[in-house]
Amino acid sequence: MIDLLEAIAKIALLLGGMMTAAAYFVLLERWMAAWVQDRRGPNRVGVPLTNIKLFGLGQPLADGAKMLLKEDFTPAHVDKRLFVVAPIVIMTAALAIFAVIPFGSVTPNVLPVEPGSQTTRPIELVIAPGIDVGMLYVFALSSIAVYGVILGGWSSNNKYSFLGGLRSSAQLIAYELPLGLGILGVVLASGSLDLGDIITHQALTGVWNAIGQPLGFVVFVVAAFAEAARLPFDLPECEQELIGGYHTEYGGMKLVLFLTAEFIHMITASFLIVILFLGGWHFWGITGTGEAGEAIGWGTAILRVVVLMVKILLVILFFMLVRWSWPRFRFDQLMAFAWKVMLPLGMVNLLAMAIVVEVERVYANQLGWLGRLLLVAASWCVLVGGWVVVALAQPVTADNRPRERVGIE
Amino acid sequence: MKPDDPNIAWLEAPRLGLADRMYLPLFFEGLTTTSRHLIGPKMTVSFPEERPAVGNPLIYRGVHRLNKDEQGRVKCVACFLCATACPAHCIDIIGTESPWPDREKYPESFVIDELRCIYCGMCEEACPVDAIELTSLLDLTGRSREEMIFDKEKLLSVYDQTKDAEPMKSKSLGGTV
Repeated sequence: MIDLLEAIAKIALLLGGMMTAAAYFVLLERWMAAWVQDRRGPNRVGVPLTNIKLFGLGQPLADGAKMLLKEDFTPAHVDKRLFVVAPIVIMTAALAIFAVIPFGSVTPNVLPVEPGSQTTRPIELVIAPGIDVGMLYVFALSSIAVYGVILGGWSSNNKYSFLGGLRSSAQLIAYELPLGLGILGVVLASGSLDLGDIITHQALTGVWNAIGQPLGFVVFVVAAFAEAARLPFDLPECEQELIGGYHTEYGGMKLVLFLTAEFIHMITASFLIVILFLGGWHFWGITGTGEAGEAIGWGTAILRVVVLMVKILLVILFFMLVRWSWPRFRFDQLMAFAWKVMLPLGMVNLLAMAIVVEVERVYANQLGWLGRLLLVAASWCVLVGGWVVVALAQPVTADNRPRERVGIE
Repeated sequence: MKPDDPNIAWLEAPRLGLADRMYLPLFFEGLTTTSRHLIGPKMTVSFPEERPAVGNPLIYRGVHRLNKDEQGRVKCVACFLCATACPAHCIDIIGTESPWPDREKYPESFVIDELRCIYCGMCEEACPVDAIELTSLLDLTGRSREEMIFDKEKLLSVYDQTKDAEPMKSKSLGGTV
């Protein structure tokens, strides 16, 4: 009974938090867009019927109310069942991923082990704690999210939408490989698919995976941008080419579901980047190491949540800044980048990590801090080497001009 | 146009150096540009609280006004040059015999449809006595179409409203008066 209540409370907390966060990240995104373009952004909507503006913090509520009150229009030419199902699928998959994603570490001992018992246990700050296949679960559900996009594009019975859905399926399949290869290095290093264990491993060694395997970090971050369909990889919904892509025909609440799911994808990607590569809730010297049997106080528990949230916010700010820094890829460049650059680099990283992990395991006793430093240096060399080889080979450059060039002086 | 058309000039793209091919220099270039603008000064004017600066009121083309002379009479002599010059046909004048000895006619009624006006300033240029001028008032709003049709009294009141901030242009520009 207590377990059930605990789970329901965590689900409520996370769902509420996630929807609110998505709404406010829309505002943040608009602010960032405005600031980068030397504008001020939304700063008018505050407390209704007064002059209090609160820097526009009422904007998400106003947007939400507006979208709720809009007519839920279904065009006559669509496949009605799939049209309705698509946004539900994408939203459900986006939210369900958070079942295994930790949003903190643990609390001190507060809950009785059984009703009426004197001994207490801590609450783990993840909806489904101790799932050994956490990483696989995340992967499975992020693949289902593609379904929503494809169904939306297909059922819309509109060529632009369909093209957006097709692009999305091709892109997400292509970038799932480097995403997986990036994660494999982490899994090798920490020996677990449980996201909590991956954080604890980084906290115990004190070496975040971004430092220990930089090539994997780069590959994973690029692939995560592509998986979240953020610029410069937002080909499924590029406004200029596809007038919105797969959600062109949608409006009202269904459109809100699509857009919110997109933001939740970005939040998920940030969570995964932080948890897998940036140490999760760990920060040197202030958060403890999370070793087994370690008793922590409320201060440390809250500090860990704060550290995690700050890191995620920074990653999301980076996501939003990148949006205005680079132009979108062309589709052939996107595919060449996935198959000719990201995939080989991911494999190189996996190979290098396998060697590093094996060296660490065999020479675990003889390896001092100098030896570990050398291993980290070696993995950075792999990054630089792989990068230079890619730069020299220029696999993404495609010369599409006609072979016969008449008139060249 | 075919690929072998002689009018097509084929250009070779400049070859990228190693630094460009590494992409990292471009990466940081893009990021520094956006970051600089992120914290840089903002162009937006928060309109109702903050008024946009009118660069030069003398040449700004906002709401019209009808100027008055030293005795407080309307300067207009009902010559119809502005109404003739107006490309939007928004000026409607009824001229009648002047009660004053210094001119033959004066406008009994002078009506400008501010919704029809395109604010080109041709009336101002056409006027031989500098009676009609465009002020730098820029926030012209109304709740009905009728409200936006300015008659003579309204145009004269615009003059009273703006004469201190914007003296008659002819004085500083060496006009006809």
